[in-house]
Amino acid sequence: MSEGHSTYTPKTGIERWFDARMPLPRLIYDSFVAYPVPRNLNYMWTFGGILSIMLVAQILTGIVLAMHYTSDTNLAFDSVEKIMRDVNSGWLLRYLHSNGASFFFVAVYIHIFRGLFYGSYKAPRELLWILGCIIYLLMMATGFMGYVLPWGQMSFWGATVITGFFSAIPLVGNWIQQLLLGGFAVDNPTLNRFFALHYLLPFMIAGVVVLHIWALHVVGQSNPTGIEVKSKTDTVAFTPYATIKDAFGMIVFLFVFAYFVFYLPNYLGHPDNYTVANPLKTPAHIVPEWYFLPFYAILRAITFNIGPINSKLGGVLCMFGAIAMLFLVPWLDTSKVRSAVYRPWYKLFFWLFVADAILLGWLGSQPAEGSYVFMAQMATLFYFAFFLVVMPVLGLIETPRRLPNSITEAVLEKKKGGSGHLAGMTAAPDTKG
Amino acid sequence: MKKILTSLALLGLVVAGTAAIAAEEQNPAAPTHFPINEPKEMSWSFAGPFGTYDKAQLQRGLKVYKEVCSACHSMNLVAFRTLEGLGYSEAQIKTLAAGYTIHDGPNDAGDMFDRPGKPSDHFPAPFPNEQAAAAANGGAAPPDMSLLAKARGVERGFPRFIFDIFTQYAQGGPDYIHSLLTGYDQTPPAGMVIPEGTHYNPYFLSGVSLKMPKPLSDGQVTYDDGSPQTVDQYARDVAAFLMFAAEPHLEERKKTGFRVMVFLLLFGALVYMTKRRVWADVAH
Repeated sequence: MSEGHSTYTPKTGIERWFDARMPLPRLIYDSFVAYPVPRNLNYMWTFGGILSIMLVAQILTGIVLAMHYTSDTNLAFDSVEKIMRDVNSGWLLRYLHSNGASFFFVAVYIHIFRGLFYGSYKAPRELLWILGCIIYLLMMATGFMGYVLPWGQMSFWGATVITGFFSAIPLVGNWIQQLLLGGFAVDNPTLNRFFALHYLLPFMIAGVVVLHIWALHVVGQSNPTGIEVKSKTDTVAFTPYATIKDAFGMIVFLFVFAYFVFYLPNYLGHPDNYTVANPLKTPAHIVPEWYFLPFYAILRAITFNIGPINSKLGGVLCMFGAIAMLFLVPWLDTSKVRSAVYRPWYKLFFWLFVADAILLGWLGSQPAEGSYVFMAQMATLFYFAFFLVVMPVLGLIETPRRLPNSITEAVLEKKKGGSGHLAGMTAAPDTKG
Repeated sequence: MKKILTSLALLGLVVAGTAAIAAEEQNPAAPTHFPINEPKEMSWSFAGPFGTYDKAQLQRGLKVYKEVCSACHSMNLVAFRTLEGLGYSEAQIKTLAAGYTIHDGPNDAGDMFDRPGKPSDHFPAPFPNEQAAAAANGGAAPPDMSLLAKARGVERGFPRFIFDIFTQYAQGGPDYIHSLLTGYDQTPPAGMVIPEGTHYNPYFLSGVSLKMPKPLSDGQVTYDDGSPQTVDQYARDVAAFLMFAAEPHLEERKKTGFRVMVFLLLFGALVYMTKRRVWADVAH
């Protein structure tokens, strides 16, 4: 919300007192009450709020868990079990926290795919998008380090494999790897620094989230039509409209989350992590947490050398490149139309990209052998082609559908026409050229 | 644009084709994927949203653990007081704990000493350290059993892992333990090489055979509640007990879960109705 548009009028004496000294009530009122949001936002837009409460929940459960956890290789595993068995409601805290990490990623993936579908990254929201990508990177680092803390077999071997990536970097690789590990192998110094960083990073995420929301409140939310807000009739006030809709979205999300916490708390984990880390015994298949699997598949898909780049470095470059693509999206997409609702071809490729990401995730969980390798290579090729070929080219050659003149017009058109174009994320890919 | 579609369809065919090749048959005498047989899915009292432990079964399972498994397998994380979950009274647990000798110390004189167990003690391990356990068992230390029921699980594969969400299948550990314990006494396929000192078991997670010989036989443990004294029954009981040992708060978790789900359902319904009301006059 830019300055000068404030509609806040302090009503009581105490409010006036604060407003003259530090206008915090005004900031809250302008950001969460009067803030105008497009009237046509669908439930895909509730994931920002969902992510905020997931972050808060992770920090709260995490702080209490840290009070009972011991980051020493001889004690870490048993201290987690102590939480599970003897700490009051410790099992609940830990299952909330471990499944909370997974659902944090579920929400962030939906949030990212929503942005890709509706073109939310386009000007003037490039910085908003990039701040989001930074949050995602920090989340990945936090999630990875958190998975190491219970000091199970997958903790140890996952850490060994992932820190091993860095040794592939020429010249400085070994130095970086040793800096991360605090030695030559994953050991007590690694566990201690991972614990310290795992406690630090969520607060850094919270900091970037503040910037993300700040940027959002400057440029305003995008919406399913991708048309900018033009008049007051295009928007409604954040409270009560968005607040109540967000609240309902959160409850539905928490329902699914609770289902896993209480009925399938170990479904998203790996059984091997209930065996204490053993540096002398390598598990048959080392797999990272599910939310890294697509990138893990890309890493392992590069089985060949490209000139001076050996397959190991090539894999690492592709893996990091896959994430770097997200940062470039605002400039890779050349289309003048934001929303996939009006871009039939982009819509098709978007859904193919979703399918490709899921396929990569599944391949990441399978052993890298036989035809899986070839499939992973094809899926990796499509992953990069989507960003580097489809996005720039499609924007130039695609004929978009007729855009409504305003959000209000789109809403009224839909109201009149029944189903209309705004069916959103659940709409089947339209194949009409 | 038609061309793009055609090439995409071709790509799809290639992917499907390679997937079919991936599922090729393996030679029964030299399997490459383990376990050879998938665990049998049993019916467990603690499965599902309202699952509870069968206390009589857990008590029988504890008996099997005490009389058979505990000769080699430790259960370091489980305290005697945890066994209240099996329906034992405080006095019974005191007696049970006192039956164990705990090595403690040093005392004021600086000496280590033996004393009878207390409810706060954990099950004493059969070997003083991992090396001793390995040396006495042909080079591989028998795994600690505290978490075994959560530390073992055979990959479910697509599409079963999707169905598992809806059926709440979380019994991979006990199913595996039961299948392994009842999976001995089978003849390996002709031509299969079984390493010296190991025992063929097609349910074993990481090879054709394991170091542990068949641990249970019919009539080995005496049950006083009239339950059948068969290997199958022993295996079920001990697997259920190990699930309890790994997850003693399972009942509390599912009970709490039901309350949470009901609350979220009602709260969600109220919020949804409020949302409808708030948005009633705004086309969106």
